[in-house]
Amino acid sequence: MMEEKKKNILSMQLNVDDFVPASPDEKESLVVMRESVNFWQDGFRRLRRNKIAMTALVVVIIMLILAFIVPMFYPYGYEQQIKGAERLAPMQYSEGELEAIANGESVFPHILGTDQNGRDYCIRVLVGARVSMTVGIVASALILLIGATIGAVAGFFGGMVDMIIMRIVDILYTVPDVLIIILLAQALQYPLQTLAQVPGFSWITAMGPNMMSMFVVFALLYWVGMARIVRGQIMVLKQNEYVTAAKALGATNGRVIKKHLITNCIGTLIVTTTLQIPSSIFTESFLSFLGIGVQAPMPSLGSLASAALNGLQTYPEKLFAPAVMIFVIILSFNLLGDGLRDAFDPKMK
Amino acid sequence: MAKYIVKRILFGIATAFIVATLTFFIMNLVPGGPFLSEKAVTPAAQEALEAKYGLDKPLFQQYLTYMNDLLHGDLGDSLKKRGFTVNRIIETKFPVSAKLGGIAMLVAFFLGVPLGCIAAYKRSKLVDNIIIVFSTAGIAIPSFLSSTLLMYIFSTKLGLLPSLGLSEPKSYIMPVIALALYPTCYIARLMRSSMLDVIGQDYMRTARAKGVSTFLMIFKHALRNAILPVVTYMGPLLASLMTGSFIIEKIFTIPGLGHEFVGAITSRDYPLIMGTTIFLATFIIIMNVVVDILYAFIDPRIKLK
Repeated sequence: MMEEKKKNILSMQLNVDDFVPASPDEKESLVVMRESVNFWQDGFRRLRRNKIAMTALVVVIIMLILAFIVPMFYPYGYEQQIKGAERLAPMQYSEGELEAIANGESVFPHILGTDQNGRDYCIRVLVGARVSMTVGIVASALILLIGATIGAVAGFFGGMVDMIIMRIVDILYTVPDVLIIILLAQALQYPLQTLAQVPGFSWITAMGPNMMSMFVVFALLYWVGMARIVRGQIMVLKQNEYVTAAKALGATNGRVIKKHLITNCIGTLIVTTTLQIPSSIFTESFLSFLGIGVQAPMPSLGSLASAALNGLQTYPEKLFAPAVMIFVIILSFNLLGDGLRDAFDPKMK
Repeated sequence: MAKYIVKRILFGIATAFIVATLTFFIMNLVPGGPFLSEKAVTPAAQEALEAKYGLDKPLFQQYLTYMNDLLHGDLGDSLKKRGFTVNRIIETKFPVSAKLGGIAMLVAFFLGVPLGCIAAYKRSKLVDNIIIVFSTAGIAIPSFLSSTLLMYIFSTKLGLLPSLGLSEPKSYIMPVIALALYPTCYIARLMRSSMLDVIGQDYMRTARAKGVSTFLMIFKHALRNAILPVVTYMGPLLASLMTGSFIIEKIFTIPGLGHEFVGAITSRDYPLIMGTTIFLATFIIIMNVVVDILYAFIDPRIKLK
């Protein structure tokens, strides 16, 4: 029996109006997924939120500018000896310079005074910072290169190769590093000096054999930490399906390591390298302070501090300037490294 | 366990042997002999001196002779300090360095561990922030800076503490502070992070529910589990204190082994360089083995293989 069509609350009949296609605006509002971010964007977003790390980054950049760019425009050279301007106090002028000022010439002030040879101390501190930071950065880059390569090879191939490499690592780990560094730094200077005479290697003289030997020594001894970390990561990563896939597609071992494995532990590499920089600077200033680091006319923060020790009673500011510089550089690199670790190291997520 | 200990000891001996070999050959890479700098020495006398100390023989033979003596515990004679054997120099100088380093190690341990525990327990409170700031700043100060600044303030300006030597107990204060600053801060940071891991564990809540006092909870229940990373750090710490004291000894003019080592390098006193390097290296290697074995006693969960 047909009943009259009326709206029954229990009826299953549906309202056609509910099935109108959604307008583009409505569609937009229903998308709940946020914009996809890649590894770098994700890390940098986290880094930017970390106020301490950002401040440290700014300080590092300021230090880099002070050490690498400012000396180019500085009116005094770090080796330039100004006659009659020995042992000036900060902002003090020598008699000759006062005369020049009286004659209407403009003389750039000695912001931190001069040393016993009449060299402007401010530029020496800046160049010292440049030397220390160069050693830190270049040594860390070498350590990254050697450590990552050896670690990747050990982790990827495993077996005998891994065994041999890890035994070498174990030995280097237990060797007291500073003793060997001091010995090697001494021993390497002479072969490097002879090498500098060979045509094509004259750039060694420009950098100073001492600094070169320091690079070599750091690279030879400190790759072990990096190699251990990279090896551990690679051993986990190589179990992934994409590695099997790449191999099945005919990728060579070298390509798998370079394209697939190293790129996947890039976060760890960045963090470890950043934290290696302050520790290299630490060791460099230690050696220079003992007088076995960077060679004499070239200043380093450590050797400046060491030289200032003798005149501590009369010229304390000569010690404070390089001291503050070392402290700020090491602290800011440490804090930046900690921030990068929080941002990029997947284990900390 | 016994197998592991034997294996570690054998490995330690191998490392010491490699260090000795490396040191010997690296040192001989440096041109110029130990007697070249002396003015009064004629070529004939120089040859005689070299013959006396066996420096005229081929390098490999010198190496064999040295290694043979080394196995008998003889480190040779010092070339510069006539009449002193290297053994004698080490015997007299090492206790000075060891005492300084030992005190600094104790200070670092007994200051760093409680500081780290307190910071972890008072997480994100004022105390924690203060400890974090100081320990972060502390690991950015090289020991030569802290010691020179201390010296400037306390002996030059205030005249409170003696600046040179170790003649009285008071003179230990500055060298020990300078030497212990870095490890104290490092241990505090290490302790804090490992303590934070442990505090979150279930058994900590159980202990709390049983009514264990806060002090007992932190220093008995948590500390035992959290202290392992610090114990691992003790080996490297010892090495850094031993070599770190080079600078402290130079600044405070302390007649220790580090002072001797740096002096020997600049004057090319081969046997003394060899002797001190091998001695310090062996000492550090032995301590590393001890720490590794200690590790297993502290944490029975670790099975040594």
